[in-house]
Amino acid sequence: MPSKQDLLDLQFIEARHKLLDLAAFLDRIDRHPGPDDYRFAAMKSALPILLESRPDRAKAILEALSDQSAEPIPQATFQGAFGAPQHSKSNIQHSKS
Amino acid sequence: MRYIEPHAHMVSRTTDDYEKLALAGCEALCEPAFWAGFDRSSANGFHDYFRQLTEYEPKRAAKFGIAHFSWLCINPKEADDPGFAREVMSLIPQFLKCPTVLGIGEIGLNKNTRNELAIFEEHVQLALDHNLPILIHTPHLEDKLKGTRLILDSLANFSKLDRAKVIIDHVEEHTVAPVLESGYWAGMTLYPHSKCSLDRAIDILEIHGPERLWMNSACDWGVSDPLAVPKCALQMKARQHAADAIERILYRNPLAFLRQSPRFTL
Repeated sequence: MPSKQDLLDLQFIEARHKLLDLAAFLDRIDRHPGPDDYRFAAMKSALPILLESRPDRAKAILEALSDQSAEPIPQATFQGAFGAPQHSKSNIQHSKS
Repeated sequence: MRYIEPHAHMVSRTTDDYEKLALAGCEALCEPAFWAGFDRSSANGFHDYFRQLTEYEPKRAAKFGIAHFSWLCINPKEADDPGFAREVMSLIPQFLKCPTVLGIGEIGLNKNTRNELAIFEEHVQLALDHNLPILIHTPHLEDKLKGTRLILDSLANFSKLDRAKVIIDHVEEHTVAPVLESGYWAGMTLYPHSKCSLDRAIDILEIHGPERLWMNSACDWGVSDPLAVPKCALQMKARQHAADAIERILYRNPLAFLRQSPRFTL
């Protein structure tokens, strides 16, 4: 099993690149005119999960960006998916630790 | 390195892609029936598609030494009209006789509607009636968690279902545990942006272990990579996974599941 040092050597630059890309995306949306929407709000609400001390941040972010309703809907009004549910703020389950 | 690509939509790919797969060590691939990127206008469109899957693609793959197998169904994106879906489903039994058809798939849910769920359950019954394995698609993005839960709840009602003959595909970190804990196989799809990255799939493998788990590219008409599986093997090597562990997840695991169909021979 690789050590932390091994993985940092292998992947730190790539992770740094992704962090910068996310920061630049947030800046870009803020910089441009018009209202943002539920997807942007959902993303910002999920960001604190990154700083929590827990072993399942990826799972927690996926859950935060998921439809938490339980019943099948009567009919589809469109076929695609957009990455975050409407009213997704209520989905955030932050770790107690 | 030899490997099996257990989920690829080759009707959407070029012949060059078959050559790349062969050069990378692909010995067999499986093609589930799916959405073409647009809704077909008639059941006849599916008849032609099923012929393409069972007659044309096996020949195209064979030119590169790759064994081609297929799964048949009406995909969930076109299953919200139950009348149309049942018309398509009535075509399936005649194609189940084809020598490269493994089972029913990829069935499942898309927007988690009542009609999708009803047609999903009718497909499960069709598979049970013919003693066939099942390949299940789970929904995209925000709909995946709910859809996976609905699928698991629905499958629990089929008392005669052999869970070892069912693979639930496109799992991610929030859905893999309930799938494996329920006794099903789980598929991780290496797909840009909307499913697992190479490293996230390897993380899932490290956390949950290799039992009843496979990887696939699900390459199709979208931005996707037919070589995602061998690329993941390279990344596993970079992360110090042993050659035997890589061969297990890329070859022996899909072989073990797919061999449950007597038609899957290499």
